[in-house]
Amino acid sequence: MAANPARQREVKSTTCYMCACRCGINVTVEDGEVRFIQGNPEHPINKGVLCAKGASGIMKQYSPARLTKPLRRKPGAERGRSEFEEISWEEALTTISERLHHIRETDPKKFALYTGRDQMQALTGLFAKQFGTPNYAAHGGFCSVNMAAGLIYTIGGSFWEFGGPDLDRSRLFIMLGTAEDHHSNPMKIALAKFKRNGGKFIAVNPVRSGYAAIADEWVPIKPGTDGALLLAIIHEIIAQGLYDREFLMRYTNSPDLVNVDLESDEFGLFLRSEIEVEETCIEPANKMWWDREREQAVHAHAEDTDPRLLGEFELEDGARVKPAFQLLKERVADYTPEWAAGITGIDAETIRRLAHEMGITARDEKIELPFPWTDAWGKEHESITGNPVSFHAMRGLAAHSNGFQTIRALGILMTILGTIDRPGGFRHKAPFPRPIPPCAKPPNDPEAIQPGAPLEGMPLGFPAAPEDLFVDEQGEPVRLDKGFSWEYPLSVHGLMHNAITNAWRGDPYPIDTLLLFMANMAWNSSMNTERVREMLVDKNDDGEYKIPFLVVCDAYHSETIAFADIVLPDTSYLERYDAMSMLDRPISEFEGPVDSVRVPVVPPKGECRPFQDVLVELATRLKLPRFLNLDGSRKFRDYKDLVINYETEPGSGIGFLAGWRGKGGEKFMRGEPNPNQWEMYAKNNCVYQHELPKSYQYMRNWNRGYLHWAQDHGLIRYTDPVNLHLYSEVLQRFRLAAEGKRPGRQPPDYLRERVRTHFDPLPFYAEPLETQAIDKNKYPLNAITQRPMAMYHSWDSQNAWLRQIHAHNYLFLSPQVGAQNGFDDGDWIWVESEHGRVRCMCRFSEAVEPGTVWTWNAIGKAAGAWGLDKQANESQKGFLLNHLISEEIPSGQGDYRFSNSDPVTGQAAWYDVRVRVYKADDDEPKQTSPQFPTQPRVPGMEPARGRWQSFVRGLGK
Amino acid sequence: MTQLALVIDLNTCVGCHACVTSCKEWNTSGEAGPMVDRNPYAKSCLHCEDPPCVPVCPTGASYKRPEDGIVLVDYDKCIGCEYCSWACPYGAREIDEQQKVMKKCTLCVDRIYDETLPEAERKPVCVLSCPTSARIYGDIHDPESEASRAINESAGYQLMPEWSTNPANHYLPRRKVKITVHEEDLQRADNPLRKEDRGPRAPTSRTTLDDSTSW
Repeated sequence: MAANPARQREVKSTTCYMCACRCGINVTVEDGEVRFIQGNPEHPINKGVLCAKGASGIMKQYSPARLTKPLRRKPGAERGRSEFEEISWEEALTTISERLHHIRETDPKKFALYTGRDQMQALTGLFAKQFGTPNYAAHGGFCSVNMAAGLIYTIGGSFWEFGGPDLDRSRLFIMLGTAEDHHSNPMKIALAKFKRNGGKFIAVNPVRSGYAAIADEWVPIKPGTDGALLLAIIHEIIAQGLYDREFLMRYTNSPDLVNVDLESDEFGLFLRSEIEVEETCIEPANKMWWDREREQAVHAHAEDTDPRLLGEFELEDGARVKPAFQLLKERVADYTPEWAAGITGIDAETIRRLAHEMGITARDEKIELPFPWTDAWGKEHESITGNPVSFHAMRGLAAHSNGFQTIRALGILMTILGTIDRPGGFRHKAPFPRPIPPCAKPPNDPEAIQPGAPLEGMPLGFPAAPEDLFVDEQGEPVRLDKGFSWEYPLSVHGLMHNAITNAWRGDPYPIDTLLLFMANMAWNSSMNTERVREMLVDKNDDGEYKIPFLVVCDAYHSETIAFADIVLPDTSYLERYDAMSMLDRPISEFEGPVDSVRVPVVPPKGECRPFQDVLVELATRLKLPRFLNLDGSRKFRDYKDLVINYETEPGSGIGFLAGWRGKGGEKFMRGEPNPNQWEMYAKNNCVYQHELPKSYQYMRNWNRGYLHWAQDHGLIRYTDPVNLHLYSEVLQRFRLAAEGKRPGRQPPDYLRERVRTHFDPLPFYAEPLETQAIDKNKYPLNAITQRPMAMYHSWDSQNAWLRQIHAHNYLFLSPQVGAQNGFDDGDWIWVESEHGRVRCMCRFSEAVEPGTVWTWNAIGKAAGAWGLDKQANESQKGFLLNHLISEEIPSGQGDYRFSNSDPVTGQAAWYDVRVRVYKADDDEPKQTSPQFPTQPRVPGMEPARGRWQSFVRGLGK
Repeated sequence: MTQLALVIDLNTCVGCHACVTSCKEWNTSGEAGPMVDRNPYAKSCLHCEDPPCVPVCPTGASYKRPEDGIVLVDYDKCIGCEYCSWACPYGAREIDEQQKVMKKCTLCVDRIYDETLPEAERKPVCVLSCPTSARIYGDIHDPESEASRAINESAGYQLMPEWSTNPANHYLPRRKVKITVHEEDLQRADNPLRKEDRGPRAPTSRTTLDDSTSW
């Protein structure tokens, strides 16, 4: 920057929040105003680079859509009309805390807290638990919970924050169902390196968008059929013997013998030896193998035993058993490439070739690293080896009602190729790997909710058996969103997408207050948007709103703001303290734990307050125990104070941040609170990174050194090895319950078949539920969305620079579809599902498989929202696909409806929707439909800006 | 003679627009005269070695710097006649409707020589931000520069060479990687399926030579 001595200039490090990627940034502040944001070269996540969103942070900071004052719906004004009056923070906090106090003392579950991608679940979860409500979740249920659960229940970790492809050493990389990922800059950095190293990159996606631009091969696939592709690849790899036998034998449950006696109550469960085992959350090491030499069942992992992976065997008492791998082989026997070709649209030869490329690369290009390590059974290894085939996948697989089993299939493919936590394959990031499933459990009894008391257990967790479900004596849900019920037993991220519908209907019960933070539930974050907007304003016969009190906290003028009874103005990311915490989702690297913070670089605008401070204040006023000292006095001044002084248990030494713990900052991971922790982070690029010894960086599921280190540093309770669940006994327990073969909890009769079908211990392929339910001839096309690289959902709709890249969207489709339906490139068309229809403009594209139409996610806006002009392209030419997607599907039980979600995890099935397209009449308006009444600006917002924004400098004043 | 330029690697560019908005961020408030902030975004100038925008300029405002080859506009001399934008075959110039002068990519001339910046940051901002390091910056007349080596090793090419503008910026083509699977790759002695064979096979019921020969 050419120095101008007249200006006061300062460069401050903090962490970006233009998406959830969490890159390090250096912000130049000139005369108190943000002048320039650049990537921090010393930050492990982005190493100095910055994406289109990150570099546009200034326009978010100085956005005309900023909210600046607490607001209350005017007395007598109808909800949804945006008629607000300014109130003081004291008034807002008093109103809310009085209401919440009453709820807490009477029926705490009548308060529901749902948040968007907030990066503060450690605090929001703590608040919900301390308040005593189970009705808490973040956005994971409608984002990618299938990806989290499907892999965590298979390999003890997952993609993104949890782990990822080791592209430094990989030779073949397959990306499925991903356009732009959360892990945006690191993925781009790694992909470039991978390409330059000469690796082969295959993109499997209905659309060739995003990273697929530089793929060496694009494999177009029909949406929702990835499971069929993956199962056929597994079939071919097993048929050709291209699996890594040594890896399967030592590190997975492949050789473990399974009871296959159909008459037995133990059917489908592992054969157990008689040895005494301690009851813990870890599965006990008492399984059996079939010894190939002695031809008899022996203890699993017995010294020098070579087990059978295939075959059927008879025990001395006549019982029949099979190794888990044999069951997998039988499962995929009919999943031939020819079978999958008819489903996926990918020809059998290609599927076979993909399997061969994966299997041969894994087998023949082995990596050996000179790091000795000791496994959990005490065997010493001279080196670490790996098979250089890696994968990455995201919502394209996850956002389907068959996504959980599809992702199980992906985890199993990665496993049989021998690529888990090995060089060149998939690698974990701390605190993963965790036990399968992790130890945290949701409450399992309605009695966990008591007036005036914290919730027993955590609101979210990982069920391992029906006993862990959060249901009442009749087996009915306790949570508002029906999470952890028999309908969605493994809904480890909750079902935010059904919270409003359920509250409106009063099923399972009505609530009083809904607090939404940073979630645009009246627009792009809800399925069935139009109807959800009606629910938010719907009233009972007595004139009371069906959802009586709605508090919305956001920094921007989103569509949801219009429906609030109280609006709380949040700060921007450049105005606050944040922690990318070990207690939430840190930014760990393959090499070891990493966490980071945000520190304010400018003061809050107007009367904005960080939501975290608001929660700490409310918690203190409500006298939630963990927010008080023993004498009942206030414990935490604000969030900044809480981050450094909170411990998970008094004296545990585990808190929000891992770095510079201990009184003088001399400890890490575990140590007493350090009063100067913030300053130490600020001095160190706002990031703490611990690099493990090389020998602890791989094979962590079974690496004794690592497991002991992780236990010593408070990451895990048990040091038992985390063997991979090729066969899921966890799922089989639920299935046995549904079949009435298991003592203890069983599903209500109307759910038995649903649970039995979907809790298959081995992955299977079935069409998505919506596809099964509708007339496919009437709705021949799949409709999906992709996320553009320059927009993060609706967050950036107010960003002048990013709007110049995407201000409206088209429906992209194959020219064949246009020809069949009689319209041309650029025409206005209708796209219609069984649920609704949308008018939009189309664009022909060869980069989409012909059975799919797609558009960019969340570009379309309601007129007037986000501080935009009512004639802005976002509302006139932009559209939202959500109007076509129902949040519920028929259950087959009268009027009762299930969530339009995966029956295992409750993952919102966004991409299941089927549509047809036809030309709009020439005399129809050249405007998207549906339209909504213009959303007015609210008090405290700046006046609308003009066309010119040439000078950033000066805008902030 | 130095010729600074950008070399853009299409083998790694994913089209993420990071270069675009970082350019905007630096240049809309830049010391070298703010870029116009209007749709569409400013395009990268190719800093031609023989730039057609220079001789058409009636006032000499459009010029190529001898010391580093950067093509610039002297705003004090520019009268906004737009001849240069007509002459440029690449569409790299835009009129600033407010200041009525021609604006264009300066190769961040106000960064690359700024000694108050750390040396590693004395680069065009689009280069610094690029997540796939697809933008390589350097002197293409220095055969040892990273930019020259990239052009030479990866078959760098110019846009529209037939216009004889000799653009300094180059592009590196896509390079496709293939895996060839040979039939023999599927037939291996160590095929793990062989481990699952169980003992000798059952005898055949058909006659063999072993049954009928006696010597």
